[in-house]
Amino acid sequence: MSAAPPSVSSAWAVELVGIDKRFGPVHANRDVTLRFAPASIHGLVGENGAGKSTLMSILYGFYEADGGEILVRGKQVNIRTPQDAIRLGIGMVHQHFMLVETFTVLENLLLGHEGGPVLGPAMARARAEVQALEQQFGLEVPLDALVSDLPVGVQQRVEILKALYRGAEVLILDEPTAVLSPPEVEQLFRILERLRQQGRTVLLITHKLKEIMAITDRVSVLRRGQVVAEFITAQTDRQALADAMVGRKTSLSVDKAPATPGPVLLSAQNVNVIDARGVTTLKDACLNVRAGEIVGIAGVAGNGQSELLEVLSGMCRFDSGTVTLKGDEIGPATKYDAADARRRGLAHVPEDRLKLAVIKEFPAHESAILGYHQDKGLSKGWRLDWKRVVAKTVSLMEQFDVRPGNPNLRTSLFSGGNQQKLVMAREMDREPDILLVGQPTRGVDIGAIAFIHRQLVSLRDRGKAILLVSAELDEILALSDRILVMCDGEIVGELSAAEANESRIGTMMAGIKDTPVPEAVAAEVSA
Amino acid sequence: MEMFLTLLSLLDSTVRLATPLLLAALAGFYSERAGVVDIGLEGKMLVAAFAAAATAALHGSAWLGLGAGILASVILALLHGFACITHKGNQVVSGVALNIVALGLTAVLGNAWFEMGGRTPNLPADARFGEITLPLAEALRGVPLLGPLYFELISGHNILVYLALAIVPLTWWIAYRTRFGLRLRAVGENPAAVDTAGISVTKLRYQAVLIAGLLCGIAGAYLSTAQGAGFQTNMTAGKGFLALAALILGKWKPVPTLFACLLFAFADALQTRLQGVALPGIGEVPVQLIEALPYLLTVLLLAGFVGKATPPKASGRPYVKDR
Repeated sequence: MSAAPPSVSSAWAVELVGIDKRFGPVHANRDVTLRFAPASIHGLVGENGAGKSTLMSILYGFYEADGGEILVRGKQVNIRTPQDAIRLGIGMVHQHFMLVETFTVLENLLLGHEGGPVLGPAMARARAEVQALEQQFGLEVPLDALVSDLPVGVQQRVEILKALYRGAEVLILDEPTAVLSPPEVEQLFRILERLRQQGRTVLLITHKLKEIMAITDRVSVLRRGQVVAEFITAQTDRQALADAMVGRKTSLSVDKAPATPGPVLLSAQNVNVIDARGVTTLKDACLNVRAGEIVGIAGVAGNGQSELLEVLSGMCRFDSGTVTLKGDEIGPATKYDAADARRRGLAHVPEDRLKLAVIKEFPAHESAILGYHQDKGLSKGWRLDWKRVVAKTVSLMEQFDVRPGNPNLRTSLFSGGNQQKLVMAREMDREPDILLVGQPTRGVDIGAIAFIHRQLVSLRDRGKAILLVSAELDEILALSDRILVMCDGEIVGELSAAEANESRIGTMMAGIKDTPVPEAVAAEVSA
Repeated sequence: MEMFLTLLSLLDSTVRLATPLLLAALAGFYSERAGVVDIGLEGKMLVAAFAAAATAALHGSAWLGLGAGILASVILALLHGFACITHKGNQVVSGVALNIVALGLTAVLGNAWFEMGGRTPNLPADARFGEITLPLAEALRGVPLLGPLYFELISGHNILVYLALAIVPLTWWIAYRTRFGLRLRAVGENPAAVDTAGISVTKLRYQAVLIAGLLCGIAGAYLSTAQGAGFQTNMTAGKGFLALAALILGKWKPVPTLFACLLFAFADALQTRLQGVALPGIGEVPVQLIEALPYLLTVLLLAGFVGKATPPKASGRPYVKDR
């Protein structure tokens, strides 16, 4: 089902022919040939590390390819720096925005495209030009606002506008929806459609198959640096894409029996957190997690989920309210830190793996005991017993299928998925009664996702309480027995697994309350 | 009236003492706004002071001395850039190393060349930057209040003082009204944004570091050929660090930095006045305590009164592309 019929070369906006790129031992792109039609949206999917971002960074001049050639509108070109790419009409919206946060929107647009050594006159000209672009593409952006004051969705529009202002005919978007709420995603898609109508070429890198199906005209699948399949979107489906991505049949859904919830193991009542700026980041949070159930917390990142996890895991103090852990009440003044939490049988897989869960520079066996390094089983008198530590790590690696299974390898040399499996293994090994999990599959490939999901469900089936925070709605929907939705620091609603669906959660995530917090939750705790 | 004249002369020495601080702080402004931490302001000033004094002593020209001072300081700045930008080394370590090198080198060379225990010969008046009397200063001297103010405070400084003061608005204009300034501020906040905009991070940072070298060179020359009349071992005595403190107190902005420099210089001028003076109700305060005044003030201000000083986000971090 190849979607790249041989054709007159000038019919393509951009052609990548035989692109090859190595980073030391890693062969990131092998002989990749891709052709993108003008006035189209072309999707590029693949697991993490499949080489999508590398390929696009080569097209944008961020890296130089070791071999192969690039043709723009039929002409062979040399792209050595982003400056070359910009000149050829190629623009890129990076996954991590390339914006100067202390600058206004207009200053960001001007950067690198100032039109003269003195800003004054150029500024006025740019303003008029940008406003014309805004109208042409339906991109509304406050030009004089500081970027740091803008929500992520608007920052992204600034990035798109920046590329257009620099004359982009071909626009590359790297995982553009990762940070957006569902309504923001819709808005982004409308902008992309508009770009296509106006004859621009959009290259969309993503691992979300639903988005590929929703908006692209064609899609190429990368696996281990190679193009393994190309489809016309209208003639394929999600399952076919997923199979092509991982190279084998995968199941997107999680098999699980209905939950049989037991007693409440963890609850919070009216917990408030006020941060250093005086902003209430967690407002009157009330929740219950019972033995044998998975409670999912949905929400756009940065709406209080992190604070909730930090409070429950003992990492951050709260200002008022009570947390009840297996019957013990913890107030704002109670001594309760991460070590206390572990002693009481609460384990925590933090949201940000590299910041909070492992130390990149440590060998795997050191990362594998962080937080449990005081365990009697790992020490010899007052010293750590490294033999036992290594043996323990080997057994964790076997149980959780961590590859490569080398306990002495530096943590940073494992892929995201394998790092995460190591962390899950570490936290689940002591059979905690309560497990807090943040973004368990962020930056994790599809194969590992299924594995991690199975482990979580099996822990639940062993009668443990699990609180799951994830920005991936699909994950929340697949795993949770009950779903709480957070917006702006508040839990704005609760849905049972049966009544939950994407659009309902989506509207709640956007702050539109359709179900009030059930009174039952509050009543149960005080009883 | 006498109080007024005392105050005027206090302010007058404040301006003189503030000049090297200001030049060095502005040097730090360019460097740090571009994301390169500059602990080495002190060292650059010191080599400049030495080179300026030595050259002025040998050739009898203050301007030639200034040129030599700038050259010496720029060489040190380039070394800093080579370590921190080209080789992505630790910026604090590089700065500290340069300070140590500067302290040792100036003492050793001074002793070897002039054999005066590390000093350079006393400079004659025409090998120094002399005071400039502004037009009409004498004529207006008799006008009440404004006359003395103009004569004592505004007129009668050397050219470098006026130059330093002029560089403040110039720096503001460059930083906020020019393409170079926009890129400079951007590279200190998010070098990746600059790189993806197709601008060379390395080139920008080198430019910033060079400007820092230039300004430190003027500051050093001021110390030995304008304010003083020759070089003495370690004559900067922490002024580079004080300048850094002023930059932080000024929140990395040119005009507030000027005021921070004036504040520190005022404390310094005050401590010279207060030495040996019996204060009402306290009596004579030990000299050491009074001499510590500017430094105590620095510590107090930085600890408590600055509020939240947010440095440029990328300062101190070498720019390395991902992977």
